[in-house]
Amino acid sequence: MTATETRPSRPARGVNLKVLGPILALVVLVIVGAALNGNFLSAANITNVLSRSAFIGIIAVGMTFVITGGGLDLSVGSMAAFIAGLMILVMNAMLPVMGPGWPLVFVGMLTAMVAGTLAGFVNGFLITTMRIEAFIVTLGTMGIYRSLVTWLADGGTLSLDFGMRSVIRPIYFDGILGISWPIIVFALVAISGELVMRRAAFGRHAAAVGSNDQVARYSSVNVNRVRMLTYVFLGILVGVATIMYVPRLGSASPSTGVLWELEAIAAVIIGGTMLKGGFGRVWGTVIGVLILSLIDNILNLTDGVSPYLNGAIQGVIIILAVILQRDKKAES
Amino acid sequence: MKFTTITAAALAATLALPALAQDTKVIGVSIPAATHGWAGGMNFHAQQAVNRLEEVYPQLDFVLATASDPAKQVNDIEDMLATRNISALVVLPFESEPLTSPVKAVADSGAWVTVVDRGLAIPGIEDLYVAGDNPGFGKVSGEYMASAMPDGGDIVVFRGIPTTIDNERVEGFQSAIEGSGINILAMEHGNWNRDDSFTVMQDFLSKYDKIDAVWASDDDMAIGVLAAIEQSGRDDIKFVLGGAGMKEMVAKVRDGDPMIPADVTYPPSMIATAIEMTAVGMTSTAPVSGTFTIGSVLITQENAADFYYEDSPF
Repeated sequence: MTATETRPSRPARGVNLKVLGPILALVVLVIVGAALNGNFLSAANITNVLSRSAFIGIIAVGMTFVITGGGLDLSVGSMAAFIAGLMILVMNAMLPVMGPGWPLVFVGMLTAMVAGTLAGFVNGFLITTMRIEAFIVTLGTMGIYRSLVTWLADGGTLSLDFGMRSVIRPIYFDGILGISWPIIVFALVAISGELVMRRAAFGRHAAAVGSNDQVARYSSVNVNRVRMLTYVFLGILVGVATIMYVPRLGSASPSTGVLWELEAIAAVIIGGTMLKGGFGRVWGTVIGVLILSLIDNILNLTDGVSPYLNGAIQGVIIILAVILQRDKKAES
Repeated sequence: MKFTTITAAALAATLALPALAQDTKVIGVSIPAATHGWAGGMNFHAQQAVNRLEEVYPQLDFVLATASDPAKQVNDIEDMLATRNISALVVLPFESEPLTSPVKAVADSGAWVTVVDRGLAIPGIEDLYVAGDNPGFGKVSGEYMASAMPDGGDIVVFRGIPTTIDNERVEGFQSAIEGSGINILAMEHGNWNRDDSFTVMQDFLSKYDKIDAVWASDDDMAIGVLAAIEQSGRDDIKFVLGGAGMKEMVAKVRDGDPMIPADVTYPPSMIATAIEMTAVGMTSTAPVSGTFTIGSVLITQENAADFYYEDSPF
């Protein structure tokens, strides 16, 4: 409550540092990468990094709204794996009827979107109507979806029929004017997310609910409806991310999407959204996602660091990026 | 419906018990759940072996339990000992350390113990050890690489999840290619995962202008590597060597895919060998104690058909 009231009156210098933290970290990473390897800034490498960021990025935009609304969703990685498995099974099952081609791809896309919406709705229903802690609900659904995909795949891998793979492949690998589809979709999702967060009533309501749900309720915000919608949007975006993911390797297995939820949450927090809710920054999330993928990319492009230490370096950079932006707050 | 069946079966079993009690021996099988491709194949072969042996030996009864983590596996084994009075245990330990004392308790009770693939922390507990050969897996892979690249060349190496298994394989590989003129440009962990190895290979392709071959060391990783090479459109990479014997990859070898000229086995069906040998030990006088090492075999186009299992999920 106090934090919400004092934020606008905070000195400009502090606000700037807070906002600039993640951007500075990103710039430093780009400079380090370019200095270490000449191919770092090549078009191919930039395309690779941006495309592979798209899955986590699209999910993280949705996660920004959930966290801003005072919630959390641990199930997104398992959900993505389950939806990917379902999408592949449906397309394989319909293949003899419809034949390989774009109509079947649309059936797959529709499957992913419907499954994502439903999965988000289930999480939201249990959290809002049944009043169970978001952490517990999504911990539960995380286990459920992970087991379901293992069961669907019989412990092995679900593979898209070979004839279908060449039809669907362009969704990940092709694009317009040299910009691949995952990058375009990620950009569109991020821009819409930023607009909704800044301009639309829904974004302000989510922040109000996350900041103090009692006050929000007295201000005639339908708290449960807003919370529910954040989870449904996240579910839909998980569906979108899966549509980008399946064309890449045409397969899903129990190891698909492992730890995506933590990467998405880390990206959201690096970007300046408050973990306890009440304030969200979608463009910051995008920066956070890029920082995480760049660390991996740079570590792969350089020698000299033992691959055993990749996780440690990632951890240090995540904490540094957050310290950089929380600097002012720690003092007060 | 299902409940009724189970109750009926349980009732029948109870009624039948007095007559059979003297003859029936129970063999417990405890394995990790199917959380990745290889384990999925292992579960499939365990189930197949149990079904087959129950037909062959009416005097044997099998209890198959799959565990999703070491703690669950400890519980499974304790339950088998306490409630099913097992005469033998076939166990593929999730991890060596936590499983050592519960398996020792089974051995101390007088039951036969067969350990598969991963050894226990204290040697000598088990009566029979059916082991895969990890250094041998690396060695066979390295020897194939050396013979396929007589003039040497530059390769990149994909490692699995950092474990002893992975270290033994890589050491075996490195000593096999020593002096062959093959130069390892870089090694990175692909974690036996398609997505991870796809991104790592993309980055290797950005980093190096010329790569002659890839030791993916695992078939799942090889699939990710192949997708990254296809995307880059580069033709400097002559072949990719995977490992384990996934049926899609064996099919590629059989059909003469130039990028996948060979594969090296690390068969998940070794669980079937272990169950089979334990059953023989329980029902006959043939000695089966000791160590049985299942060698890694090179699959080439000539023998690929023998390693293709249509029904297996792996």
